[in-house]
Amino acid sequence: MLYAFLCYNDEDAVSSWTKEQDDAVMARLGAVHAPLQKAGRFGPTARLMPTTAATTLRKNTDPPLVLDGPYAETKEQLLGFYVIDCENLEAALNVARDLAKANPGGAYEIRPVRSFFPGALAQAATVEAAAAE
Amino acid sequence: MTDLAWIDAALTAARPQAVGALLRYFRDLDLAEEAFQDACLRALRTWPEKGPPRDPAAWLIMVGRNAAIDQARRRSRHTELPDEDQLSDLDDVETPMAERLDNANYRDDVLRLLFICCHPDLPATQQIALALRIVSGLSVPQIARAFLVGESAMEQRITRAKGRIAKADTPFEAPGPIERSERLAAVAAMIYLVFNEGYSAGAVDDERASLPIEAIRLARLLLRLFPGEPEIMGLLALMLLHHSRAEARFDAEGEIILLDDQNRGLWNRNMIGEGLALIDKAIRHRRRGPYQVKAAIAALHAQAAAPDDVDWAQIDALYQALEVMEPSPIVTLNRAVAVSKTRGPEAALAMLAPLEAPLGGYFNYFGAKGALLKQLGRAAEARQAFNQAIALAGTPAQAAHIRKHLDQLGRDADLQAARR
Repeated sequence: MLYAFLCYNDEDAVSSWTKEQDDAVMARLGAVHAPLQKAGRFGPTARLMPTTAATTLRKNTDPPLVLDGPYAETKEQLLGFYVIDCENLEAALNVARDLAKANPGGAYEIRPVRSFFPGALAQAATVEAAAAE
Repeated sequence: MTDLAWIDAALTAARPQAVGALLRYFRDLDLAEEAFQDACLRALRTWPEKGPPRDPAAWLIMVGRNAAIDQARRRSRHTELPDEDQLSDLDDVETPMAERLDNANYRDDVLRLLFICCHPDLPATQQIALALRIVSGLSVPQIARAFLVGESAMEQRITRAKGRIAKADTPFEAPGPIERSERLAAVAAMIYLVFNEGYSAGAVDDERASLPIEAIRLARLLLRLFPGEPEIMGLLALMLLHHSRAEARFDAEGEIILLDDQNRGLWNRNMIGEGLALIDKAIRHRRRGPYQVKAAIAALHAQAAAPDDVDWAQIDALYQALEVMEPSPIVTLNRAVAVSKTRGPEAALAMLAPLEAPLGGYFNYFGAKGALLKQLGRAAEARQAFNQAIALAGTPAQAAHIRKHLDQLGRDADLQAARR
């Protein structure tokens, strides 16, 4: 079974960390990631930019409404996420609008990714698919 | 990281909202700060055991408020014991106060707290010192070191500034839309002052080097409270893009390294990425403003892989836009640098001539003038301009940078003499 791990913390406090504090946390996490990566169990990982960089497309209206900032409502629950390479925010919003047409209701929060690691899972899946052929 | 370091980070993060709410509650800055201090002391005692609360700011506001009320009660008990009637009266007084706290529109609390530091009677340096003390919670010795003055002098400066804002009428009612946007503009300008105070300081080990980080933190806070303001996005983007170069701006001796000569590998890609994302967001609003234009200029530098890749024609166009929004000889001076890259030093020098009167006391003017003259091979005039620049240098790093130019002129002259 694949599990997604969603990371929550107080953004204000985290962005107040000094570079040394941030590096120390990343180093400790890296030590946890390494054996999982080696075992081929580690999937894509993303560290997101702060919520101040977020834009939200509300798709419970037609046409969908673009709002600055993160998705802050508590009526809906996080059900999934995409990582898509887009030229800029406008292009990302266009993808979100297409997705909204296919699946109206709720919202997409579009958050630029600060750093992205593809992980070992994709590789493992490709190897498996090749073996099946 | 120790418990204390985590708690310290959480207290710093919660401070603007907590002090802002306590200020609205007590309507007295000293009382609000005292109450917050009390709450912090309690946090240091209880959080390591019980862990931080879900909402540290709310916790600190409640605890700070109760501590201050307890103290007021104790003080009044020392003078005379109140009878039962008075005690119930006290409760009645508390109810509307508690409501005021519960109905907190905390974005206006934080904005107010920042805004009182921007009082127009206060000179820029006092606005910065006050904001660092009240909003950021830096200690007086820390601020004194950042400004290179003695602690007692800084203490006096802050006390005087506080006295002045205590006399001024702090508006406690929620501001209307126009008032709110005026406050936002004043606060944005003050945050940019904090940034520049640190940015212009010098090498990285300088105490002032922490000020840009603090300014970025305050701008993030402001943008989270007012997420739809393109100029606040622009301000944050501008500061991130400039600060991304912090590691590359000085050499081992603490001398300035000019943009063209910087090791672009040292630029902080995370900050650049965030700055670009914010500009992207701001552009969608189609409400251009000076911070956005300045950020766009910084972005063009950040996006160039090498100095020759910089899109100077676009930078020229952006400075022209800025000249319309915010006409100033300094903007024209900056545009002249862009023009020197697209149309050559002669054209740029012609733009500089009318600026001599307003910028006659400005280091960068003579630095730029000297560099253009040097490019044109007018060594004697270049030397004169560089000497004027050195006389106006604000930091040793600035003077050292100009001296490099002068040394080069000297070497070129020696070379020519040798050839003859």
